[in-house]
Amino acid sequence: MRSAVKMHAEDIGFSKLNQTKIVTTASELGRNVLEHGNGGRVMIEHIKELDRSGLRMIFQDEGPGIDNVEKALVDGYTSKCGLGLGLSGSKRLMDDFELVSQPNNGTTITVTKWT
Amino acid sequence: MERIPILKFGDILLVTIQVDFHDRIALALQEDLTEKIVNLSAKGVLIDISALEMVDSFMGRVLGNIAKTSRLLDCYAVLVGMQPAIAITITELGVTLTGIHTALTAEAGIDLLNDMIKSKSNGKVHAKRQVAKWR
Repeated sequence: MRSAVKMHAEDIGFSKLNQTKIVTTASELGRNVLEHGNGGRVMIEHIKELDRSGLRMIFQDEGPGIDNVEKALVDGYTSKCGLGLGLSGSKRLMDDFELVSQPNNGTTITVTKWT
Repeated sequence: MERIPILKFGDILLVTIQVDFHDRIALALQEDLTEKIVNLSAKGVLIDISALEMVDSFMGRVLGNIAKTSRLLDCYAVLVGMQPAIAITITELGVTLTGIHTALTAEAGIDLLNDMIKSKSNGKVHAKRQVAKWR
């Protein structure tokens, strides 16, 4: 998954730094899908608007969902034994971040980085 | 399972991470390294991550833990070759790697390790002398 994301980021023409940020985010959010969502899927999109282009990744799982989304986005908050940086850190690394989650109804996180 | 080779070079162990550093390999390295430190009485560990294209919070935690564990086993760890893009990314991510020693190149890392090992053994001699004086 990481190498697929890297390939797309390279194709779109992201700088080395932004490629690193995108792949790191993919790794963080991908781990969440595996650990908390019991697996799921990732979609990678190349988006083009009039004056800009970017890469969008959608992480979807059908896991237990997140009880308290606001709390989950705070640095250091963790439900397991991690550092609690995955969500809050990914938000900082990307330009747009959207989290939709309902208890018992899975979680969808959409992140976008613009070139 | 794929494992990262650990080379012995005098008192120092050399580790170059060139494979995709996924979670299981990272944990296996931590285990192998601590075993080797004890079995070979290593005084320093040099971890070269120049081939790594990214470090996420999990890998950051494992690298930090390797450094802390090494210290508990009377061994210093130095991380070398971090790419600038990774330094910026993990800082923004919030991974701090507090207390970890770093150097830009493997050569500088070896120098730093030798300095630390040397100043530590000097310190020991010094402590012994003090004890002797008090007696």
